[in-house]
Amino acid sequence: MSPATSALSHASDGAAIQQHAFAYRRSPDQDAATPACHPVVVVGAGPVGLSLAIDLAQRGQRVLLLDNDHRLSTGSRAICFAKRTLEIWDRLGVGDAMCAKGVEWNVGKVFFHDDLLYRFDLLPEPGHARPAFINLQQYYAEAYLAVRAAQLPNLEIRWHNTVAGCTQTADGVLLGIDTPEGRYSLQADYVAACDGSRSPLRALLGQESKGRVFRDRFLIADVKMAVDFPAERWFWFDPPFHPNQSVLLHRQPDGVWRIDFQLGWDADPEAEKQPERIKPRVDAMMRAALGREVPYELEWASVYTFACLRMDAFVHGRVFFAGDSAHGVSPFGARGANSGVQDAENLAWKLDLVLRGAAPRALLDSYGPEREYAADENILNSTRATDFITPKSAISRLFRDATLALAKDHPFARRIVNSGRLSVPATLRTSTLNTPDRDAFAGAMLPGAPAVDAPLASGGWLLRRLAGNGFAALVFGDDAEAASALAAVQQGSEGPLPVDVVRLPCSGLAAERYDARPGTVYLLRPDQHVCARWRAPTAADVSAALQKALQA
Amino acid sequence: MTSVALITEPNLDAPDPFYEALIETHRDLDEAQSHALNARLVLLLANHIGRQDVLLAALKAARDSGR
Repeated sequence: MSPATSALSHASDGAAIQQHAFAYRRSPDQDAATPACHPVVVVGAGPVGLSLAIDLAQRGQRVLLLDNDHRLSTGSRAICFAKRTLEIWDRLGVGDAMCAKGVEWNVGKVFFHDDLLYRFDLLPEPGHARPAFINLQQYYAEAYLAVRAAQLPNLEIRWHNTVAGCTQTADGVLLGIDTPEGRYSLQADYVAACDGSRSPLRALLGQESKGRVFRDRFLIADVKMAVDFPAERWFWFDPPFHPNQSVLLHRQPDGVWRIDFQLGWDADPEAEKQPERIKPRVDAMMRAALGREVPYELEWASVYTFACLRMDAFVHGRVFFAGDSAHGVSPFGARGANSGVQDAENLAWKLDLVLRGAAPRALLDSYGPEREYAADENILNSTRATDFITPKSAISRLFRDATLALAKDHPFARRIVNSGRLSVPATLRTSTLNTPDRDAFAGAMLPGAPAVDAPLASGGWLLRRLAGNGFAALVFGDDAEAASALAAVQQGSEGPLPVDVVRLPCSGLAAERYDARPGTVYLLRPDQHVCARWRAPTAADVSAALQKALQA
Repeated sequence: MTSVALITEPNLDAPDPFYEALIETHRDLDEAQSHALNARLVLLLANHIGRQDVLLAALKAARDSGR
C-alpha cells in the first residue's frame, strides 16, 4: 500500500478524505521507446471506474486505472447506494466498510402540502443481508474503493494522467496521455471509459450522448445539523414552506442532511447557491418541521439541471463506455451511480474471460445490448418520475395535482404518485446470453434476473456464498432427482471453466424465492445473473447453456 | 377486428340521470375547479376499469372523436 493511500485508510472524516491529494508519480511507461502494452486500461477513478478496476484485478487481470485529477469526489454528489450495488461491493470486499459508515434506510414517505400521503417500504420482507439503500457521501464510497484498490498489487492507479488521444487499431487502442511532465503513449487491448457525464473519451471518439434535457433547476444543500429525523426518504409536493415546488430530505452520515429544493427553470443558479439565499429556505423548512430554526453548517451546495440521455451504443471497437459517460438520468430514483456499478460488474467478467482466452470476443459484444437495455429501463423510470415532479404542461400539472389530491383518501392514487422509482437492477430479459425457459417457473428469477439473496440454513447468505468469480449452479434438494440434477451439472460443466455448485434445500427462503423443487437447477453467470434454469436438466442442457452464456 | 373489450354500445344503467348527476357535480365550480374535478374523475374511473388494454382503447376513442 502506498503511503498516500495508507494515510487515507486512517482518514475517518470526510474533510480529510476530500482534501486528500494522491501523488503523481512518473511511470517507466513514460520513458519507454515504444508504447508500453496493457491488457486493460480503465479511465476515470470514480465509483464506476474503481469498481471495474477492482473487479478485474480480483479476477487476476493486470489493470491500469488513469485519472485526470488527484483527488476523490468533493461534495456529497451521489448519496444513495442501492442493495444491488452493496451486493456487488460485498464481492469486491468493500461492502462492510460502506455499510458500517452509511445510513441504512428502507422507508420513504411522501407528503402533499401539510399531509403525509403514504409511506412505502422498499424492502418489506426479511431475509436479505443488505438493506434497500444506504446513504453515503460519494467521497466515502470512493475512499473505501481506493483503499481496496491499493491492496491489489496488479492494479495500478496513475493520477494526473489525462487521456488526450485515442486511436483504435486492428489489435488495440493507442492512448495519448498528458501528465505534468508531458505526453506519453501506451497501447491497450481494451479501454473502459468511466470518465463521467462529460466523458473526454466519448468526445475523442466523436460520439455523443443524446436525449431529453429537462427545463427545471434544483438546489442541493448538504447541511450539518443536530436534528433527529428518522433515516427515511422524505419527499414533499408543494409544501407550505416551499410552495409550488418539491423538496427532498435525506439523512447522510456525520449528521449531514441532503435537502433538495426544486427551484423552477427561471431560478438563477449562481445566486441560489449562495449561503444567504439558502438560509431562509432551510429555516422555513425547519420551522415547519420542528417549530423552530436550527443552527447548521452548509457543507456543500450546488444548483443542477439534468437530462435523460444515453449514447446510441456503449461499445465502440475496443472501447467500452460505463456509467455516466454512457448514460444519464435525473437523480430521482438513484439510478446514476447504481446503474454505473452494474455496468462495471457486467463488463468485468466478460473482459476477464476474453482476455484469458476462455471466451470469444463475441462475449464482449453482449455488454452493449445488455447495458443499453438497462439504461433504457432506468431512463424510462427516471423520465416518468421527472414528468410527475416537473409537469411539462398545464394539463400534465392538472393530472399530477388530481393524483395527489386523490391520494389522501384513495389508496389507488398513491401507486400513481411518483417521487422517483428507486433503483433496482434490470432483469436482462432479452439477453442473448440467456437460455429461454423450457420448464414452468413462478417468481422473479427468470433468465436475465440478478440473483436474489436469501439466508442459508447453515447461516450466512446465498449471495456471499456465491462470491466466487466464476459461474455457479444452484442445485435444490437432496433426493434422487437432486442427485440426477447434480450429476448433470457436474458432467455438463466439465471444461476449463469451473462451475461452483451450491446445494440448497427445497424448504426455506431460498427455495421460495427461486420457486425450487427437488432437482431444480439455476445456472448463474459470474455477475450473479440467472442465465438458465431447469426442473431436471441433462448434462447437454447445462453444457449448451454455458456455451450460450459465453457466446462460444 | 379487435379483441379489446372497450364497451361503446349502450351500457349505462340510467343514462339521463347519470348525465344530470355529472353536470350537477360541477355546479358552482369555476372552470379551473371543473377541470380539476374531471381529472380526478378520470383517474377514479381508470382505476375502477383497471385493464390497460381497455384504458388505451378508451384514450384512443376519446382522442379520435375530438378530431
